[in-house]
Amino acid sequence: MRLISFILLALAFMLTVNPVQASPVDTYEFHDEVTKIRFQALAKELRCPKCQNQNLADSNSPIAADLRKELYDLLQQGKADSEIVNFMVDRYGEFVLYRPRVSQLTYVLWFGPAVLILLAILVVIMIVRRKPVDKKDLALSSEQQDKLKKLLNDK
Amino acid sequence: MGKLIRFLPLILVLALGVVLYRGLSLDPQEMPSALVGKTMPSFALKTLTDNDKLVTNADLNGDIVLVNVWATWCPTCKYEHPYLVDIAKDPQVTLYGLNYKDDRMAAQQWLQNYEDPYVFSIFDEKGTLGLDLGVYGAPETFVIDHHGVIRKRFAGAIDTRVWRREFEPLIAQLIEEKKQGK
Repeated sequence: MRLISFILLALAFMLTVNPVQASPVDTYEFHDEVTKIRFQALAKELRCPKCQNQNLADSNSPIAADLRKELYDLLQQGKADSEIVNFMVDRYGEFVLYRPRVSQLTYVLWFGPAVLILLAILVVIMIVRRKPVDKKDLALSSEQQDKLKKLLNDK
Repeated sequence: MGKLIRFLPLILVLALGVVLYRGLSLDPQEMPSALVGKTMPSFALKTLTDNDKLVTNADLNGDIVLVNVWATWCPTCKYEHPYLVDIAKDPQVTLYGLNYKDDRMAAQQWLQNYEDPYVFSIFDEKGTLGLDLGVYGAPETFVIDHHGVIRKRFAGAIDTRVWRREFEPLIAQLIEEKKQGK
């Protein structure tokens, strides 16, 4: 009982305490809300080339700050999202995209899981539909019966 | 067939083991450059030593051009520097510097202290050319062929071993291509 209340308390504690936000703070000003949201979305979609497990929004590395600045400038110039993404890919490669585009390189990545699931379903179907073994086949033939008797008698 | 299926899990686990074991020796930081096969991005920047002198792509003369991205804030660049001084003596290549997001005075002092291996250094204070080249750190070295096409990007320090392994084969290949008139 005590254990349960302890666990509940711990859970409640975890839920109420907000995770510490350690993201870098930029002071970019946007004229409209839409551009601001696009900026935030793109900064999350684009990977920092130096610190490879962080996106541009998360990373404090100098290159990430530079790229955020570039992203801001491109947005101010009125570039479309696809143009900005192409701009980054042209310089840093497909790698900067957290959601890689569908191409020959990424077919396995995109379709591999679906293929695996299909295979698994196939295997399950095959196992389920396998004919149950006939009980009659399990019985010993008269020949085997004789042999068994002989072996037992030999003892 | 039945026997083979029995061994299938073992075979799969072994295959997975091989793949993961190989992964241990791969460098996840190593990225292919998006610029290999493209021409050098155009630029117009001042040189490090002379604030009045503007240089552009046309000033990167030489059959095989090396552009080395460096900065005084980069400790690995200091390690690499003596090797660059050696490479600069090689008549097959022409070495240019790209001083990346640096302080002009400190960079000039650096070249005075440690000898200047570069024909000239481009002074890229804001990192604009660096951005166009997809530079994400220093040192990085680009190899540009006689058509002005980037053939290689190497991120990290050059030393004798790296030079032999990464650069010499490519340079031999480029010389051969030039001979054949490609």
